[in-house]
Amino acid sequence: MSNYTLSLRIIKDRGFKTLVILFSFITIVPLLFILFHIIKNGIGVINWQFLTSLPKPVGEVGGGIANAIVGTFILIVMSCMLSIPLGVSAGIYLSERREGWLASLVRLSVDILQGIPSIVMGILAYAWVVLSLGTFSAFSGSVALGIMMLPIIVRSTEETLKLIPEMLKEASLSLGVPYYRTVLRVILPAGASGIVTGILLSVARVAGETAPLLFTAFGSPFMDVNIFKPVNSLPLVIFNYATSPYPSWHQLAWGASLVLVGMVLTLNFSAKLVTKRWKVQF
Amino acid sequence: MTNQTSLTKSENTLRSQPTVETESPSSTDYAYPPDKIFFGLLNCSALCTIALLIAIFITLIVHSLPSIKAFGITFLLTKTWDPVFGVFGALPFLIGTLLTSFLALAISLPFSLSIAIFLGEYFREGTASSLLKSAVELLAGIPSVIYGFWGLFVLVPLIRIVEMKLGVAPYGIGILTSAVVLAIMIIPYSASLGTEVIQLVPSDLKEAAFSLGATRFEVIGKIILPFARSGIVAGILLSLGRALGETMAVTMVIGNSNFLPTNIFSPANTMASVIANEFAEATETIYVSSLVEVGLLLFIVTMLVNLIGKYIINRMSVRVHHE
Amino acid sequence: MESTILTIEDFSAYFGTNQVLNNVNLSVAQKKVTAIMGPSGCGKTTLIRCINRMHELVPAAQVSGRILLHDKNLYSMNPIIVRRKIGMVFQKPNPFPTMSIYDNVIAGYKLNGIRIGKREKDEIVEESLKRAALWGEVKDNLHRKGTFLSGGQQQRLCIARALAMHPEILLLDEPTSALDPKATAHIEELIAELKKQVTIIIVTHNIAQAARISDFTAFIYLGELVEYGTSEKMFTVPKDKRTEEYLTGKFG
Repeated sequence: MSNYTLSLRIIKDRGFKTLVILFSFITIVPLLFILFHIIKNGIGVINWQFLTSLPKPVGEVGGGIANAIVGTFILIVMSCMLSIPLGVSAGIYLSERREGWLASLVRLSVDILQGIPSIVMGILAYAWVVLSLGTFSAFSGSVALGIMMLPIIVRSTEETLKLIPEMLKEASLSLGVPYYRTVLRVILPAGASGIVTGILLSVARVAGETAPLLFTAFGSPFMDVNIFKPVNSLPLVIFNYATSPYPSWHQLAWGASLVLVGMVLTLNFSAKLVTKRWKVQF
Repeated sequence: MTNQTSLTKSENTLRSQPTVETESPSSTDYAYPPDKIFFGLLNCSALCTIALLIAIFITLIVHSLPSIKAFGITFLLTKTWDPVFGVFGALPFLIGTLLTSFLALAISLPFSLSIAIFLGEYFREGTASSLLKSAVELLAGIPSVIYGFWGLFVLVPLIRIVEMKLGVAPYGIGILTSAVVLAIMIIPYSASLGTEVIQLVPSDLKEAAFSLGATRFEVIGKIILPFARSGIVAGILLSLGRALGETMAVTMVIGNSNFLPTNIFSPANTMASVIANEFAEATETIYVSSLVEVGLLLFIVTMLVNLIGKYIINRMSVRVHHE
Repeated sequence: MESTILTIEDFSAYFGTNQVLNNVNLSVAQKKVTAIMGPSGCGKTTLIRCINRMHELVPAAQVSGRILLHDKNLYSMNPIIVRRKIGMVFQKPNPFPTMSIYDNVIAGYKLNGIRIGKREKDEIVEESLKRAALWGEVKDNLHRKGTFLSGGQQQRLCIARALAMHPEILLLDEPTSALDPKATAHIEELIAELKKQVTIIIVTHNIAQAARISDFTAFIYLGELVEYGTSEKMFTVPKDKRTEEYLTGKFG
């Protein structure tokens, strides 16, 4: 009898392991599927003309995503300008003040901010900027994206700086260096790699965001570097072209997808590289 | 020289010292003017962060007021959403959101749990482990609009075939399709949290079980999973929070229908997708306000789910540190 | 008679309401090595951290009493000035990891934004490294980061860094406890040389070390200065029974 139950248990054990392995690798299947389709459909579309010309109306040959690439770039640069100073400062604050009611409130706020759905960010930027300016604009888009980047930057700055040994701060202070200089010239440089990694990761996150831009940056067929005008961006292009009824536009959407995925993966990879190469060991 | 050790005498002196009037150093570090400014700036940024959140709350509430005043609590119970006649009820979207999110959660659970057990227990290191880890990271990194795009062109035809086989109306788009896409998107969240908590299970507990002759399956089922239970629940909650707020992928495959969904094959709308679809064209104040109120509801629900999840995680790390 | 450079008068220190030092009175002789010894937790580290005003960096830290440097109360000066006059070397070597050896030595100037010409910088670096007995080993690698140095070399780098500020007093907080015996010997030799130019106060829990290198020794126990005198006398005929018990190892 005991032999029977033993072999049953062994079967269950082996079966379970097989099941776990099977299920784990099934999850890779959609990933492969997605990458496969993007590369297969997108690679044929990408050429110099695609990357450098403006969108054309349906029916016309050609048409490209130049303004979307520039627009994405503008949006990223501006959201960085909005979120990095505040994010890094708040991160420094949290790493210096471990306790205290204000610090806990800040942490709570950052947690909540991180969970806000991206479409709600769009509503906010609409209410604050679009309504005030009376027009859709790149600036409103960056406000939405900037708020989305903020929690990630605050968190990674705080975590990085917390890891820096107290010894370093004391060494600097014992030389008669004032506190603010100690933070700016000793602690921040030591934590630079972690902070940059956080920034890269948050950029990777917002580069692909569409929802907050739907009624803020809005999209545009023109190349415009005026930040107070609507601007096109890669995710918007993909959305608009993919949901359109024109097969030629679907093609362009695959091309744009390939470019976007390439960009996001590069950013994520760079973040890893920064940590590996640049990280200061203690 | 008394026999009482002179040591205790010193101890007594120290302990009986009442609070002496002390003079705080006359110029502390933080009083140095540039340092004062620096700390002032840091405090400012802390306050700004909190102010930002409060501003967000206020904005959402203010802009929803017209709709709240007009509909009150019936907003949540009315199933008609008719911009033309000015009747706005959010019930279809509440149902749509709940159906898609929970269905997505149910679909993703076996997979994310398997990954968590795979990476946390069976294959902690090695090529298989790195491969799977990278794959999960990639899954998390793909932008949502691309999931939607792919879902629209690859998944929808597939589901259409399934629906035809089942004899249901072959829309292709609908709640089921959105749930499948969502499920793929949220797997990384519960998987990575689950992996972490499973790895944290103390090895002496496992070894005790093994030494009693338990199989690996039994150790996982009876020791590891119960121990890691709260972490896994937290991971599920975080995945749920993500699913609730997900917009683009859902918008592209859910079918954009404002009617109450009848079954999982119906086209529908979620709270996020209705805003995405209609906000840009909403003109009347009441229309816009209703959409904002939907956004406010979405914000509150997502916030609660996320906070509960984070609370569980915090309690867990406290528990681990005390052991 | 040696001249006194530092006078500690009726000095007490607290962490909140927890008193760590109780009415310490001490005169430190100039250009001599004064050792401060005692069991763990007796307050010796707190004492020297009060001398260069690092103690107050901890929230709820408080002090009472005076510490006079050449008759000027350190506690009525700007703490930043105090720390430039009194250098400190810590238990675990802590060179700045993002800076080269060269930059580490003049870090005190760089971080303070004090502008000095390149030639003067070179001179300070060379002089400080020579005083720290490290010049010969690193002079060809000044622009590499200090992380490749051994523990003892890193500690000498930290000494050079402190010396570059030309302090009047150098505080050493158990500087050799993290080092191997050979490196420890190097640093003890160094201290014997350095005291000709700089007053040295060294905290140590190693009684033998205190006996070896110090001219004067203070024994602190439970926050009180139990005994203070020339090392020769202290280690042979201690006056207080507690000192005797400590020296014979009755308590750690």
